[in-house]
Amino acid sequence: MLKVTINQNLCVGAGMCVLSSAEVFDQRDEDGVAVVLEPYPPERLSDVVRGAARKCPALAITVEEVTDAGAAG
Amino acid sequence: MSGVVIVGAGQAGLQLAASLRELGYGGSIRLIGDEPHAPYQRPPLSKAYLAGTAPDMMLFMQEPNWFAQHEIDFLPDETVVSVNRELRQVDLRSGAFLDYEHLVFATGTRNRHLPCVEGAIEGVLSLRTLDDARQLQAALQKADRIVIVGAGFLGLEAATIAAAAGRHVRVIEAGPRVLGRVASEPVSTIVRQCHEEAGVVFDFNESVVAVHGNVGRVEALELQSGERVPADLVLISIGVVPNAELAAAAGLEVHNGIVVDRQMRTEDPCISAIGDCAAFPFMADRDRMVRLESVQNAVDQARCLAERIMGRGRDYDAVPLFWSDQAGLRLQMAGLTKGGETAVIRGDPASRAFSVFCYDGDRLVAVESVSRLPDHMQARKLLQARISPTSQQAADSGFDLKTLISVRAAA
Repeated sequence: MLKVTINQNLCVGAGMCVLSSAEVFDQRDEDGVAVVLEPYPPERLSDVVRGAARKCPALAITVEEVTDAGAAG
Repeated sequence: MSGVVIVGAGQAGLQLAASLRELGYGGSIRLIGDEPHAPYQRPPLSKAYLAGTAPDMMLFMQEPNWFAQHEIDFLPDETVVSVNRELRQVDLRSGAFLDYEHLVFATGTRNRHLPCVEGAIEGVLSLRTLDDARQLQAALQKADRIVIVGAGFLGLEAATIAAAAGRHVRVIEAGPRVLGRVASEPVSTIVRQCHEEAGVVFDFNESVVAVHGNVGRVEALELQSGERVPADLVLISIGVVPNAELAAAAGLEVHNGIVVDRQMRTEDPCISAIGDCAAFPFMADRDRMVRLESVQNAVDQARCLAERIMGRGRDYDAVPLFWSDQAGLRLQMAGLTKGGETAVIRGDPASRAFSVFCYDGDRLVAVESVSRLPDHMQARKLLQARISPTSQQAADSGFDLKTLISVRAAA
């Protein structure tokens, strides 16, 4: 399964990820920094999540393949 | 098969193709790029990519199979040589032609050349494309004395990377300060200090009159003052010119960019322009014509145009946003200045986390934030809603700017 993380020190608040998927990403109201709503998004969202990582202008999003055991831990 | 033909496969062109499909556009979409690469992001080229911390793979904005999946015909390494507006047809360099219902220029910009440099000199580079970045990155490994001509965003981002890698970096700037065209003086001062602490040396009010080389390879730059500055590597970063020749040759109005209306339409209703190449009326400042170079502008104009093509036209009125990484500082800007604004400082510049609120009279026109993200976010909302805090409110860090926005929302 996929694991999504955001390096919030790199985020510039462009909001491109929220455009890609508002189910997985949101922006904090106070400073616009992106947050992950669904760190382990369902399979059907894997394309948009990978797309969000590619389109992040600050390269702040990491998407990695992890085992289910890793997800639980 | 007419449909939409998009000239330029950068951030704006790609976003337009993607937005059209998202909105259910069923016609054909042809996306023409003059580089051999699939569409990629440019901002990292002068930041993480140049530093070597972002692999090529991270730059490409779509998976290779995305184009086929969305029935977008991507034509890399192709150039449009002319536009026939009567036939609604573009001619390609390869000899083929394409019909269009809607033609979109998303042709971007190209780097300005140093007037005294004729032809290619080894070691004199500029940075715009992925190939440029690869070349510069490789050259940085071998160079010790790096001279950067132009102290704008791009040149100083490169200076940040080169200085962090332990190189000797000297920046030659024609104006009196860094980021002179894009940032207020208080921000400019702190940015300069941080670069100097990192070892960067600046020459202001100075220009290059000649490039001296040996067997075609750069050795030194000669300055207006007569000084000879030794250099292993020179980066020319003195701004850009919009790629508007094709539009001009098609008889469309060009004035610092391809002239469009509030809905990105040229004088020919079948032709639009978006992104860095487009000169558009800036609604927040009495429709004065501006041309912006930013990801936000490219993406938002592309989305605005996609909606119009789908029959939901609206005027483009997004708040301009910019960001830059400068010598460890995170610079974020919302809004647009034109010079002569009054600067009101929020926070303490000495702490290197502060914002500058720029006023035209009592109207807030832009906010520049240095490592102060919350101010930037509030600024976006204030500017979008055309709310101007008083200068006392802006200067008072204890005053919560959010209350102005929620008051308006409740009213």
